[in-house]
Amino acid sequence: MSTDLNLTSTNQPVDGPRLSIGQRMQGLGSSARQYGIFGALLVIILLFQLLTDGRLLMPNNVAALFQQNAYVMVLAIGMVMVIVAGHIDLSVGSVVAFVGGVVATSMASWGLPWMVAVLLGLAVGAVVGAWQGFWIAYVGIPAFIVTLAGMLIFRGLALAIVGETIAGLPPAFIKIAKGSLPNVLGFLGQMDWVTLVIGIAAVLAIAFSQLRARRSLHKHNLTVEPVGLFAVKLALIALGIGFLTVVLSKSAGGTPIILVIVGVLVVGYTFVMGRTVFGRHIYAIGGNRQAARLSGVDIRKIDFWIFVNIGMLAGAAAIVTTSRAGAAVAAAGDSFELDAIAACFIGGAAVTGGIGRVSGAIVGALVMGVLNMGLSIMGVDASWVKAIKGLVLLLAVAFDLVNKRRAGTQ
Amino acid sequence: MDTDNILEMRGITKRFSGVVALDDVNLVVKRGEIHAICGENGAGKSTLMNVLSGIYPYGSYEGDIVYEGEPVEFRGIRDSERKGIVIIHQELALSPFLSIAENIFLGNEQASRGVVDWNRTNANAAELLARVGLNERPDTRIVDIGVGKQQLVEIAKALSKEVRLLILDEPTAALNDEDSAHLLGLIRELKDHGITSIIISHKLNELRAIADTTTIIRDGHTIDTLAMNGEVPVTEEHLIRLMVGRSMDNRFPDHVAHFGEEVLRVEDWTVHHPVDQGRKVVDRASIAVRRGEIVGLAGLMGAGRTELAMSLFGRTYGAHISGQAYKDGQPVELRSVHQAINHGLAYATEDRKRFGLNLIDTVQHNISAAALRKLSRRGVVDRREEGKVAEQYRRELNIKTPTVAVLAGKLSGGNQQKVVLSKWIFADPDVLILDEPTRGIDVGAKYEIYTIINRLADEGKGVIFISSELPELIGVCDRIYALSQGVVTGVVDRADFTQELLMTYMTMDKDGIAR
Repeated sequence: MSTDLNLTSTNQPVDGPRLSIGQRMQGLGSSARQYGIFGALLVIILLFQLLTDGRLLMPNNVAALFQQNAYVMVLAIGMVMVIVAGHIDLSVGSVVAFVGGVVATSMASWGLPWMVAVLLGLAVGAVVGAWQGFWIAYVGIPAFIVTLAGMLIFRGLALAIVGETIAGLPPAFIKIAKGSLPNVLGFLGQMDWVTLVIGIAAVLAIAFSQLRARRSLHKHNLTVEPVGLFAVKLALIALGIGFLTVVLSKSAGGTPIILVIVGVLVVGYTFVMGRTVFGRHIYAIGGNRQAARLSGVDIRKIDFWIFVNIGMLAGAAAIVTTSRAGAAVAAAGDSFELDAIAACFIGGAAVTGGIGRVSGAIVGALVMGVLNMGLSIMGVDASWVKAIKGLVLLLAVAFDLVNKRRAGTQ
Repeated sequence: MDTDNILEMRGITKRFSGVVALDDVNLVVKRGEIHAICGENGAGKSTLMNVLSGIYPYGSYEGDIVYEGEPVEFRGIRDSERKGIVIIHQELALSPFLSIAENIFLGNEQASRGVVDWNRTNANAAELLARVGLNERPDTRIVDIGVGKQQLVEIAKALSKEVRLLILDEPTAALNDEDSAHLLGLIRELKDHGITSIIISHKLNELRAIADTTTIIRDGHTIDTLAMNGEVPVTEEHLIRLMVGRSMDNRFPDHVAHFGEEVLRVEDWTVHHPVDQGRKVVDRASIAVRRGEIVGLAGLMGAGRTELAMSLFGRTYGAHISGQAYKDGQPVELRSVHQAINHGLAYATEDRKRFGLNLIDTVQHNISAAALRKLSRRGVVDRREEGKVAEQYRRELNIKTPTVAVLAGKLSGGNQQKVVLSKWIFADPDVLILDEPTRGIDVGAKYEIYTIINRLADEGKGVIFISSELPELIGVCDRIYALSQGVVTGVVDRADFTQELLMTYMTMDKDGIAR
């Protein structure tokens, strides 16, 4: 410890008045906000379940929901970090097309094994990110401009590389986005055991980590959410995952491979944002850039690596998109950046930076995905789907602002 | 009603959420005179002018304003401007990428039916520029002219509004000698044309040269109004005596200092203004601090205290910085905040909301922000340890918050300040620079912060304490450096502390100092 000011044992109870529920909740403002997004997703799912006569949550549709929207989730993870830091990235759609072209060429023309091609795709994405990060962090050009330029540059390069399409990709590569985990454990009735095992493991892991976090908070006399709320939260999570597991286990293939990949990314990046120095510095520079600088945070370094990271994730999204299409297309990734940005803001990220979560962005992506799927099952025209998605984005952010104003935090 | 008076402010009292900023202030300005208002930082000069110009609208203060013989109730700056009262703030309110002419007529465009008449605009502007003696084309952009000329543009703008009472807030603070002389000459000329001026300034020689009358304000009270051209000339000593003498009844904790080795020495530190790069904001300043010592930096607005501190702290302010810093006797480079922190420096800012805290993050995260590495292994933060540390400081510094998970923005000023202090104490520096650590916080919290400062010194840290309140500096410091216009004009040891002596150094003209 830094000083020899008389250190009292941390096991002593906190002196001071007992806290009311309201005061306890005050410290949980951000998590309360988080529940709100989950609630909205739930409402939308139920709404479309009704409107589509139960077709929305049919097993194959649920599997397709993840397969169709995996790219948004991957990009939204990178984008939420960019947005929290107070930037924006308009180039990811074009980068997806460009990297997709490189990956497809490397397999179709150079004959690289698919695994090497995947690594190449991630690396090229990271290099693209480093290029943009350099201009933003070290030259000081606003990200809006740099990535707007990137949007043009990489779309151009994609057209140059791809021509129109590059097809003939190895089946193993195509499985990334379209395949499911093999049903090696057999079936329980109609249900795939592999999916069930993963689902049960996920519920146990979440329950265990939540309980551990809670115990640790208790031990150090830090704010703990009320026990009832905690139990309800855990029960809802278990119920949600349980339901998803059962539905997916009945789908044609079981667990989509892409769901596992997205799951790993979500867990990994939640950890990065919440637990690492890097993540903390991102929130610090987004919340108050000058204060972060005067606290010794190397702002330029953080900015640079945020863009390297989203470049790499754009590479991952390129692999997913190319694999799903079965070919590289020069027009791929069109308006992907807008989907990712919308997901972040629906998921509660602040336009001014400093606020936003990976889980929020994922839920935001799911809201958009469910809307998309629900409306298309209902046979609504694609042009109207677009307009409705735009309205939802506007309303989500407006709702958020009004709420904040009512809470008096502006 | 004496019609010789253009303005009478009677019994003006202004409160900010319970704090009295002005208490029964009276000001009488005669028609056609140059009236100076002087006082320490925070004495209430600017507040009084904001009341006069309607920035603080009628109803938000008590008392009467009588202008040109009739009571007035200004509800905004437009009301006062319509009556010919124009205020020119220290921070000029010009739009940098618009031309001189556009700025002069901003909000008062020379237009017919919504279409700007550029010929008329430029012709009228040229006429006004001639009146203020500014030899620039009206279509020159504001960024392309120096601060001195910008000041003249502000006056031209005031003239375009048919100004009768011109208020200038520290007009020469940012100007070099030549520009200052020109400006003062212009104000005299305006006087000959019947324009009354009120000048807020603490350059005493300047006041003696230009003012007909001087009103001294201290702690929100009018202390005295002096005729400057009377039979007995007013001396600077007399003005200083009236300006200082804030009561010392603030209690300060007892403290016996134990000095160790010299921990930081700065020699010939010179800093130029980041935009107006020809101007020296800090000029060959040399200071030193020993372990266990609390060293004060005293100075009025524009003296360069904060600029000195921030330029030392990883060059976070200024351009063309020269000079040498020594840490524990060894020369050190302090080119980035990171380097400064590694060399054991910490700087707690005067503007905690803008530069000190992430208001939308928790108290805990703010406390750990400057030394997160100490709480992490291989890049992963140990949140348990972080929670313990935050909780420890919450208790030791008595930060009043239900938990450390509350957002920093929800705390009161004094408690926010304690969070900033916690952040830097946890970083465990050898030298802690505290810039106005008690600004805007209540008396009880001030006492607590003085106690913390003493404790840090007793732990062997060197403390540099910047404050605008002389009683506070005298009550807490072991030694005080006085700065004026970027120059260290004097060093005073504890035994010799008086407010008068310090103020004499603080108002000293930099050219009058023998080097």
